[in-house]
Amino acid sequence: MNEKAIEINGLSYSYPDGQCGLIDISLTIDCGESVALIGPNGAGKSTLLLHLNGILRGDDAAVKVLGLPVEDKHIKEIRKNVGMVFQDPEDQLFSLNVFEDVAFGPVNMGYPQQEIERRVKQALQKVGMQGYEKRSSHHLSIGEKKRVAIATVLSMDPEILALDEPTSSLDPRGKWALIELLRSLPVTKIIASHDLDLVACLCDRVVILDEGKIVADGTTKEILGNEKLLGGHGLARIAL
Amino acid sequence: MKHSFVDEYSGLDSFVHRLDPRTKLLGSLAFVLAVVLTPPGNWRLFAVYLCVIAGLVLLSRLPLKYVLKRSLVIFPFVIMIAIFVPFFKQGHEAAGYDIGAWHIAVTYEGLAVLVNVVVKSWLCILCLIILSSSTKFEELLQGMYRLKVPQVFVQITSFMYRYMFVIADQAMRMQMARDSRNFGMNRSNIFRTIGNMVGMLFIRSYERAERIYAAMLSRGYNGEIVAVNKLKFQSPDAYFALSLCLLLVCPAILWW
Repeated sequence: MNEKAIEINGLSYSYPDGQCGLIDISLTIDCGESVALIGPNGAGKSTLLLHLNGILRGDDAAVKVLGLPVEDKHIKEIRKNVGMVFQDPEDQLFSLNVFEDVAFGPVNMGYPQQEIERRVKQALQKVGMQGYEKRSSHHLSIGEKKRVAIATVLSMDPEILALDEPTSSLDPRGKWALIELLRSLPVTKIIASHDLDLVACLCDRVVILDEGKIVADGTTKEILGNEKLLGGHGLARIAL
Repeated sequence: MKHSFVDEYSGLDSFVHRLDPRTKLLGSLAFVLAVVLTPPGNWRLFAVYLCVIAGLVLLSRLPLKYVLKRSLVIFPFVIMIAIFVPFFKQGHEAAGYDIGAWHIAVTYEGLAVLVNVVVKSWLCILCLIILSSSTKFEELLQGMYRLKVPQVFVQITSFMYRYMFVIADQAMRMQMARDSRNFGMNRSNIFRTIGNMVGMLFIRSYERAERIYAAMLSRGYNGEIVAVNKLKFQSPDAYFALSLCLLLVCPAILWW
């Protein structure tokens, strides 16, 4: 596969209060790649992710997903193909039970009942949560919530997974289980994180974002090996 | 926190629990309407309604004590609203006092209105308690949705139920954080911090709402919730609806 999953060309974004969020971001991600987006708190990682499925819009022409510019007429197609997993699963799981949450995407896509049930079952199986359909989301543990949150987008069969801090607030066991789970999913992944264990395990390419700008882009080995670079952007112990 | 706070006992299995939520919703609506429309002082009808309620409690196997205890919540509201009626309603005086030039009197007509209001609201709340304790909240929402209740209402109710506990947990954590830094604060300060906490909670909920909306949009939401239909009317629904109709209509015709 040599298709471009994401193409971003000179994207800038300011928050409604005028503060600069992203400055002139250009980034191309091929299909099948696993890219980590790392950077200190407030670097603009989440903001950049939200541009990938048109929740936030800078210049319309700046972002292309699977060759389609992020515009109103393509938005449905794009949102189906970019599975966005938010940082706080409490935000992602807004329905009264697990089934409804996982079915939310397929239902909105207008699939027939049987297909919906098949997709929910399959998605829950992929994240190892089969049998939880009737449980209420509020009562799951944080690790289970994270898994179900991933299932809610897997049920749409996305080509691209965009994950915001997937391992935050997980204990080490939960974290490694989640990393294994993500590794088993054969899709393009864009992971915003500052968990370097996760990055080293899952991604072959790393992009460092700081103060709204891309400051480095290279292979995982290169970048994680460069203590000075990491330290300079608040990702490792202070480089002296 | 316990999640079953609202629909406690809805997990039981009984005739009433198994009914279609639409039957129960419409039945409750009919019952409430009948109670509200009954002319004041028609005690025979009120007795029939109470019998209907008692029958439903038996059929649904809800603990009587629980139902009665829960129904008490209505009294503060009713009394707050209606307590002054006996004093202002014109009519025959039951008792009166003179305070200087000021005459305060309670009239029989006024008392009748008060009793009427109390009885009616008590019967209604009993009915709603049976409804909410015999139906899972999700089913209730499904029922509302299928009965074409405006989607906005259904969605707001659903979000309320989903996030009530999240927000309550948040409030509890804030309270703990406050208490762990709070040594012998005086009263006015306490009120100020409570005010701040409420404000903070509002802002946090607002921001959460924005994130939830983004999460909904990401999964193809376009302003319309399409629910998966799992409800089915069955013959017990028909029997129940028919008997409830008879129970409400026949006595009303006889004794209106």
